Amino acid sequence: MYCLALLTTVSVVHAADEHLGTYSEVDIERGARVFYSTCVVCHGPNGDSIPQVNLRSNHFNRAATDEELIRVITGGIAGTGMPANNLEAPDQTAIVAFIRNMDARLSDAATAGDPARGKLIFEGKGGCLKCHRVNGVGGHTAPDLSEIGLARTAQQLIQKLHAPASMILPANRSVRAVTRDGTVITGRRLNEDTWSVQLIDSNENLVGLKKADLKSYTVLDTTPMPAYQGILSDAEIGDVVGYMLSLKGFN
Amino acid sequence: MRIALALLLLPGALWAQSAPVTYDRLLHAAAEPQNWLTYSGNYNSQRYSTLAQIDRQNVNSLELKWVFQIESLQKLETSPLVVNGVMYLTQPPNDVIALDAYSGRAFWVYQYRPSPGYKVCCGAVNRGLAILGDTLYMGTVDAHLLAIDAKSGKPLWNVTVADYRASYAITIAPLIIKDKVIIGVAGGEFGVRGFVAAYDAKSGREVWRFNTIPSEGQKGIETWDQDSWKHGGGPVWVTGSYDPELNLSYWGVGNPGPDWGPEQRAGDNLYTDSVVALDPDNGELKWYFQFTPHDSSDFDSVQVPVLVDADWNGRPRKLMAFANRNGFFYTLDRTNGEFLSGRAFVKLNWASGLDPNGRPIETPQPAGEPTFPGNQGGTNWYSPSYSPRTHMFYVSAWENYSSILVFAPAEYRAGQSFTGGRAIPPLEGATSPSVRGPINTSTEIGSGAVVALDLTGKQRWKFDMTAVDDAGIMTTASDLLFTGGREGYFFALDARDGKMLWKTPVGGAVLAAPITYELKGRQYVAIAAGHAVFVYGLKH
Repeated sequence: MYCLALLTTVSVVHAADEHLGTYSEVDIERGARVFYSTCVVCHGPNGDSIPQVNLRSNHFNRAATDEELIRVITGGIAGTGMPANNLEAPDQTAIVAFIRNMDARLSDAATAGDPARGKLIFEGKGGCLKCHRVNGVGGHTAPDLSEIGLARTAQQLIQKLHAPASMILPANRSVRAVTRDGTVITGRRLNEDTWSVQLIDSNENLVGLKKADLKSYTVLDTTPMPAYQGILSDAEIGDVVGYMLSLKGFN
Repeated sequence: MRIALALLLLPGALWAQSAPVTYDRLLHAAAEPQNWLTYSGNYNSQRYSTLAQIDRQNVNSLELKWVFQIESLQKLETSPLVVNGVMYLTQPPNDVIALDAYSGRAFWVYQYRPSPGYKVCCGAVNRGLAILGDTLYMGTVDAHLLAIDAKSGKPLWNVTVADYRASYAITIAPLIIKDKVIIGVAGGEFGVRGFVAAYDAKSGREVWRFNTIPSEGQKGIETWDQDSWKHGGGPVWVTGSYDPELNLSYWGVGNPGPDWGPEQRAGDNLYTDSVVALDPDNGELKWYFQFTPHDSSDFDSVQVPVLVDADWNGRPRKLMAFANRNGFFYTLDRTNGEFLSGRAFVKLNWASGLDPNGRPIETPQPAGEPTFPGNQGGTNWYSPSYSPRTHMFYVSAWENYSSILVFAPAEYRAGQSFTGGRAIPPLEGATSPSVRGPINTSTEIGSGAVVALDLTGKQRWKFDMTAVDDAGIMTTASDLLFTGGREGYFFALDARDGKMLWKTPVGGAVLAAPITYELKGRQYVAIAAGHAVFVYGLKH
């Protein structure tokens, strides 16, 4: 009995250690979604709308550990405006990951330029909508950017604009397939297994291919996206990044 | 002409994939049986496909091609769409998934988070999507309507259809007519006032709304006692049909509320338990036919109205075939709602028959005695099918099934149950057989059957099952009938005589309707069962 209790305690501590400072980008992004759809109503976009509560500070009145934070978030605080939140377990982990990284995210965003100017460049000179899509407008061949502000930091976006091929998610890589009858299909990979691949092709079709039907299939390490250094000035790139960080999705 | 042009513009075999699903394609859905473009496959809602590669000779060699497991333990009632090799389906409560119809692997997944606190009487289910252009449409359990980009899975707009806090919900697959998305609401057990509403497909702006319960000053209000109309029910939770020539859309309307509190709503309670014919341009009521006036059995008329053009007494007529939850099969003239014939298709005792206008001759049962059919009905929302080859109508029926009705008054409190009394099984402890249930009590609770009827409701054949049956039915031009049941099998019958041709275990209840599609020259059949979608094709 004693041993069992000890084991349990050890495993909890271990789980907490695992998370400390090493929250995954996926969790942070998921947490941002939860934050900007739910918590933002009272806590505000900077997490400091409620007097004496500054979520950005990473110091909390009633919680120190991740477990305590989750308890406050899911259980609410009686006698205050903080309601109990019915969140699934992955959302609980994610919201903690986001709050722990909120300051870093917001400080980083402050280095970016003017979103309004950035929008004009994004849609005009930059030609981004030819391939990308934002809130229902634009192309489909490149990833939809309607929520990119939740997923990326300013530094990541600047790097991407300078060297587009350097940061492609595996699921977004360009592929080139040649069918047995010689048809060449190029597109962006969305999914793949040993026997099949799913992509969106250059004509914006969702296409599933059986690998046995292909003469060749190549995952490319290049991207059709141009490097914007030289196309846009550093100030313009900063503005575009400012605009992209403002894209926090639907609703 | 259009095809030739497309071929010139686009390379090789990809031409068809580039075409968005225009309204014109929806009108002529039967001309592209490789796709499944609407909930019932076609505006006439026959759930019949001209695909015939899988036939009575080779059906026995069907094999499982892929399975897609659903991440939800909710009942799976979805009827997928298939467009140009992509299968679109919903996962309860309101996730949308685009799958490669060949492999079952996902292109994208969209997860919708309904507002906490939504309420649905009978499970947070969803029956499917509609598509127009490159946009998918879905109603949600918290009574929103969403437009979703079919290529990326990103939402385009989200509008509130009704207030979920008053227990309005949406479980129905929308229907596209012209440039509008038409949808109805659930909530018949919570005192809602039901409606059908149309939204502009581009903007999400509401264009019209037809209330299924008239208000003061409107025709039909005289069928409601005092202000009982205010919470009179009449939800619309199964997808309707459309006749483009008549420009009429047809919608089955649900039960009056309180379900088992009939005393407080004296009158016929229009337009509950009716089929209504609406002008899809403005929502104007053109005609209605009420199956069960002043219902006290929860006989929602939300069955799919099946549109059939056939000879009737020697002359061609535009008909509507309607197997109603109340146990009667009706044939109506769909130009004007004229009653042509009606006949019981299961055992019933709540009426002794129908008068020349189709109105039931009611025979209420004494208190404590069973009413046939019971409150789930002789059938329910399960998609029926009509084959223009066999001229038969196929429906999943509950045979020898009854409930004891207990009446009680109900007081309306927003969002709370508003059923009045209740319906109880005729035998204490009687439960219906299921995949997991070890005890078969079907002889007490009723049993399932696939029933084939001619258009006068005469039974042509019957396939009996032990368990009652909530599965939809699909037929094909090779005279195959696909369906399943609570017992956890998916199977094919000979549509001509009901002979069993093929069956396969799916390990969970089939509560959805089959669809079929073709990809690279091969026909597939898909069914949602248990918590997965299964796709079958011939061995090759």
